Amino acid sequence: MTKIELTVNGAQHAREVEDRALLVDVLRDQLQLTGTHIGCDTSQCGCCTVHVNGRAIKSCTMLAVQASGADIVTIEGMSKGGKLHPVQQAFTDCHALQCGFCTPGMIMAISAFLKDNPHPTDEEIYHGLEGNLCRCTGYINIVKAVKRSAELMK
Amino acid sequence: MFEFNYLKAKSVSDVTAFVAAHPDAKLLAGGMTLIPTLKQRLARPSHLVDIGGLPELGGLEVKDGQLVIGAATTHFEVASSAVVEKSIPALAMLAEHIGDPQVRNRGTLGGSVANNDPAADYPSAVLALDATIVTNRREIAAADYFQGMFATALEDGEIIMRLRFPVPQRAVYEKFPHPASGYAMAGVFIATTGNAVRVAVTGAASGVFRWTEAEAALAKKMHSAALDGLKLDESDMNEDIHATREYRANLVRVMAKRAVQKLLAA
Repeated sequence: MTKIELTVNGAQHAREVEDRALLVDVLRDQLQLTGTHIGCDTSQCGCCTVHVNGRAIKSCTMLAVQASGADIVTIEGMSKGGKLHPVQQAFTDCHALQCGFCTPGMIMAISAFLKDNPHPTDEEIYHGLEGNLCRCTGYINIVKAVKRSAELMK
Repeated sequence: MFEFNYLKAKSVSDVTAFVAAHPDAKLLAGGMTLIPTLKQRLARPSHLVDIGGLPELGGLEVKDGQLVIGAATTHFEVASSAVVEKSIPALAMLAEHIGDPQVRNRGTLGGSVANNDPAADYPSAVLALDATIVTNRREIAAADYFQGMFATALEDGEIIMRLRFPVPQRAVYEKFPHPASGYAMAGVFIATTGNAVRVAVTGAASGVFRWTEAEAALAKKMHSAALDGLKLDESDMNEDIHATREYRANLVRVMAKRAVQKLLAA
């Protein structure tokens, strides 16, 4: 067991975790932040995407101990004062989800992607979303939502 | 995952001493290969020594005509670096097409080169650019470093500190990515300096290799047609559910031709 300190969505947490505990499991089981989903659990689907020190990462492929001292944002930290984050708003506007399981990871990946590339082309969006899978085949509206997000964030 | 003890390394010399005393310890940098391996219970290290954040393994600069990159530099950092873009843009482009954005934010140059996955992208650049692998003990030439599938010249307890890439006149990387994983089914890196041409191939065989027949043909005439009919031994190629040997050999030829066309268009 190792003691770790995490800042998650602005709040500080200190926890004892097993050395082998994955970040996603600590977020979900110890901090009750179950908006971060476990899809494939093999670092392919991107459902577990969160921001660690401002970069999108797959929390099923990072040990919680590796994240000690880090500033983490999960889907629960995206809306502010009852107002949806622009990417969340765009997903609503464009109906960019069907079952919704991949959505938290999509929103975390897209919000990080738009920081690097605020005005992406279609090709750049496909490349930027290569780490996230939607099994409802909802990509067309997801791509629309990325463009809508870019407009909302202007 | 089996249980292990995690340690955050404070310096390379600490790591060396620790690993010497604990032969079943493993080094962890980005973990993009190691953590999935542990999750599948394919490895059972006693300890994981985290070298990911060590300042000694950082740095990115051009010095004496060589691009020097610290081993713990992430693929994202290489892909987005103005220094890399200016000196060896093909290397930035290669890094930008490893895995996916989340993987590029964690995975490291040193990790990829130490692991030497036969379908990884970086080994082709290291071999084609004739890079030097600088470890905590010595300097290893690319030609001596890669020793087939997941095998390298690294000894127990030896840690890659940085890589030195001689800046070529021209370089280009072209790959056919596996549609799901992004790993190279065939990747060809071509670098030219003066009259010398080096062609390294990844993804197609049991390890990265130089296609010397292509190097000789392109040194005579830098044109994609120069690759027609050149010897490329299909029996050395990988065969799996994704592609037959013959298909992979053809992919190598097609990627090499595209690379040459790009080189000429640049």
